[in-house]
Amino acid sequence: MDMKKLIESLSPHERKILPYIKEKKISEICKKSNLDRTSVLRSLEYLKNKGLIELNFEKKKIVGIGINGSLYISKGLPERRLLNLLDKKRILSLEEVQKQSKLSDDEFRAAIGALKRKAIIELKNGKIIFSANKEEISKKSPEEIFLESLPLEYDSLTPEQLYALKSLQSRKDIIQIKEKKIISIEITNLGHELIQSKIKGQNLIEQVTSEILKKDSYWKGKKFRRYDINSSVPEISGGKQHFVNQAVEYARKIWVEMGFKEMTGNLITSSFWNFDALFTAQDHPVRDMQDTFFINQKTELPDKKIVRAVKKSHETGTAGSKGWQYSWSKEEAKKLVLRTHTTCLSSQTLAKLKKEDLPAKFFAIGKCFRNETVDWSHGFEFNQTEGIVIDENANFRNLLGYLQEFFRKMGFKKIRFTPAYFPYTEPSVEISAWHPEKKVWLELGGAGIFRPEVTIPLLGKNIPVLAWGPGFDRILLDYYKIKDLRELYKNDITKLRKMKFWVK
Amino acid sequence: MAVININKKQFEKEIGKLNEKMQERIVLFGTPIEEITNEKIRLEIFPNRPDLLSYSGFKRSFLAFLGKKTGLKKYKIDKPEKNYKIIIDSSVKDIRPYTACAIVKGLKLNDEKIKEIIDIQEKLHTTLGRKRKKAAIGIYPLEKIKLPITYKALEPDKIKFIPLESDKAMSGLQILQKHPAGRKYAHLLAGKVKFPVFVDGNKNILSMPPIINSQNTGKIDEKTKDVFIECSGFDFKILKKCLNIIVANLADMNGKIYQMELKYKKKDITPDLTPQKETIYLENVNKLLGLNLSEKQMKFFLEKMGHSYEKGVVKIPAWRTDILHEVDLIEDVAIAYGYEKFIPEISEIFTIGEEDKIEIIKRKIAEILAGLRMLEVSNYHLTNKEEHFRKMGIPEKLQKEFVEIEESKTEYNILRKGLAPCILKTLSKNIDSEYPQKIFEIGKVFSDSENKKIIENEKLAVALAPGNFTEIKQILEYLFKMLNIKITLNETNNSPLWFIEGRIGKILLNNEHIGFIGEIHPRILKNWKIKMPVALFEIDLEEILKKFEKND
Repeated sequence: MDMKKLIESLSPHERKILPYIKEKKISEICKKSNLDRTSVLRSLEYLKNKGLIELNFEKKKIVGIGINGSLYISKGLPERRLLNLLDKKRILSLEEVQKQSKLSDDEFRAAIGALKRKAIIELKNGKIIFSANKEEISKKSPEEIFLESLPLEYDSLTPEQLYALKSLQSRKDIIQIKEKKIISIEITNLGHELIQSKIKGQNLIEQVTSEILKKDSYWKGKKFRRYDINSSVPEISGGKQHFVNQAVEYARKIWVEMGFKEMTGNLITSSFWNFDALFTAQDHPVRDMQDTFFINQKTELPDKKIVRAVKKSHETGTAGSKGWQYSWSKEEAKKLVLRTHTTCLSSQTLAKLKKEDLPAKFFAIGKCFRNETVDWSHGFEFNQTEGIVIDENANFRNLLGYLQEFFRKMGFKKIRFTPAYFPYTEPSVEISAWHPEKKVWLELGGAGIFRPEVTIPLLGKNIPVLAWGPGFDRILLDYYKIKDLRELYKNDITKLRKMKFWVK
Repeated sequence: MAVININKKQFEKEIGKLNEKMQERIVLFGTPIEEITNEKIRLEIFPNRPDLLSYSGFKRSFLAFLGKKTGLKKYKIDKPEKNYKIIIDSSVKDIRPYTACAIVKGLKLNDEKIKEIIDIQEKLHTTLGRKRKKAAIGIYPLEKIKLPITYKALEPDKIKFIPLESDKAMSGLQILQKHPAGRKYAHLLAGKVKFPVFVDGNKNILSMPPIINSQNTGKIDEKTKDVFIECSGFDFKILKKCLNIIVANLADMNGKIYQMELKYKKKDITPDLTPQKETIYLENVNKLLGLNLSEKQMKFFLEKMGHSYEKGVVKIPAWRTDILHEVDLIEDVAIAYGYEKFIPEISEIFTIGEEDKIEIIKRKIAEILAGLRMLEVSNYHLTNKEEHFRKMGIPEKLQKEFVEIEESKTEYNILRKGLAPCILKTLSKNIDSEYPQKIFEIGKVFSDSENKKIIENEKLAVALAPGNFTEIKQILEYLFKMLNIKITLNETNNSPLWFIEGRIGKILLNNEHIGFIGEIHPRILKNWKIKMPVALFEIDLEEILKKFEKND
């Protein structure tokens, strides 16, 4: 930066203190520039940033006065008060003296100790005997002198002062040693140059105000002070959607762009839609209270025709299937659950679908529940994204196609498909994404083609239905650099304020 | 989730080097790798393939998948010898009606093999056997048993034997009360007047299924050469499958399988390893998978999965439990073809995408509030009475109309009725964050009015800390102006207990009560340890959503 620009960038405060920076003592600069300490320090920091001065910070130990110390300065040290009392009253019984001295036990003991050490008094049979002359007694002790001279820098103490310090330090709160930052200023060559060159520019414009804008002449032909654009400014934060919801919005957009229609529905649903319509046998472990949140109530089952067809699917199978071969219970299907997957929306959608609606594509994103304890990789509430494609000609490769596209848009470049198992899909597939830093495949979720035991009762016909339901929360962690699923719903406002936006 | 442990040395000796390629084959076979250590490899087995729950079973299928020993594997089965009989007494009919049995001879057992046998038994119990409820397996040293065997039910006090891992004889009830296995599985016999037992020709009790075997006759060791196997339960078909899995495993250990005669009312014979037959159509395979395979290729792939194929008919190993329909075979073809070889392709069908109305309006509300520099928070739907009621100053007798969850594993056991407690909880957790804190939440709440029907509603709550009535009302009015909906405020005496009286209003939309607005009472703030004044409103979004739907 050339000298001219440098001069133009000086703030009024900086200009004010420049003539006095040779003073080196901050208090002096404050006095002469008529600025407070904070303003001076801040301006010095700016001057340093501009390369005009160097600031050296040195830590120094300062010996100061403690709470009792300041009390003793005004009232006298306990030993002095004791001596004064003895001088006046001439009482020599220890007990009596302590009573009249009004000193605390600690103070009294310390005072007697100090006087004994200095050989001013002696104790004999509980009585005090003076062993020094009057002159010596009235002379100020080194401790008293030291106390009055405080504060002092520790490093500059004389041997006598050090001795006095040690003796006072052993007593409570007389002395307080503090560390103090001492700032020394060194003017750089550039600084010297600047000081020597004439600093003009009293009429530089500082803040552009509406006042200045009132008349052209207020600003025309004038210079604006240059700002240090790199100096830090106070942080602010804005309002925003919860970061999980931002990602949900994005996923919603992906599905809509691909021609999918959104499904929504209740979080509490019947076991029928959540399990039975999806060919999940009634004794399947997922239907245990251990795994699923049940609500102690039952609901009505849908249309009899569908119920009958689902029952048949389970009991004896449908369209060449053997079924699960057990006796299916209506009552079990009526039990209410907190949905364990958004696939219960798909089963309900299929049941409502008419022939003329085909081909059709639907999606859902929403909360699901599982009866789990909470740890870094599990929670009892989680989001899932669901999709179904109902199309006479749909095939396994199409299924992989939709999934690949979705995950590519979510930011997963390398994904793979491996075999999987779900009671309601066949073939089934697990989607994993390659994590380039961890060098592992991360499981993202499952998909498949609905079994005929699912589609026939719901659609009345075996039409291929491509279906998927990957968990959604886990695929966000990397983007937000979160390692623990619990962080998602912690609602730490400081973190929410700092959390970056979903920009995709 | 079922996992099997495989000795790494044995794997490398009998199957192949466990390099990256091999690991990929394992995963693409449908057995995800849980872990590989220096000694072992841990694989996840999906619930549809209990036949893979042991090393022998895995090796048999996986070698075929690798193309080494393809096609249907056949085992020799000998007919029942004299006395290879089980008499099934009618007394078990209402208790545990079925059993399927076999004898396997000539086993050369060692520690490792015994461990594998016990392991598969346990794994079948938990998976296919549904924790022994559906099927329980017993394996006995034949040397210590006198045939034939009777399967019957006895009164608990007439049952007396030394159970495994015990040193004294116990009655049926004592086992359920005192023995660890008895206590664990007692619920399976709860309420039964009689308990099922296997009794041998010497009237010795061999076991009390599905609980425990006898210490004297029900424990195999290194000296055991011949074994008697029984599976008991409620579904004869499952029991037969279960038995098939076990005998195939023992045959892989060089055992010789013998059938047994089951004397039900009608005679039956198990095990039966006759393959299951299923029709498959090449056209269906190609259509569902999007491939263009020839019949020869399809046959090749089926054989890689351990099946055999001839003229449209697939013969399926008798230990496979998962082939219910042609689609299950199609998946097998897909696995053998290789999931990695499928070329993903989006279908060329035209459909119109559409967001749900509710979601659009929820997003718009969030945008409006974010424009006022408000932060959206997101709490769990599950909560508890302490947070939802007590801290909100609601006494026990007024805690009602909420939905309760059964047997939650966490402290959260009710569903939230409103959002105000969630919002205050959030403020309470953030007393050390910088103020002002302006937050909102949109989400579902649940209520159960007099047990009639559970109602699920979308709600919005907005809170300011610090905040007063004027400030929160400004937000409410701005929001509804932006939505172009007219609302009115009414004074109310009948309000949530957490507001300050005289500083609370009822929010009305077309005379429909949709929510409350007000200042939170210091008493409630104290419960939450909040040291800032809080103003809040909470509204039901359902009326607003209806209004928009009407406008459409």
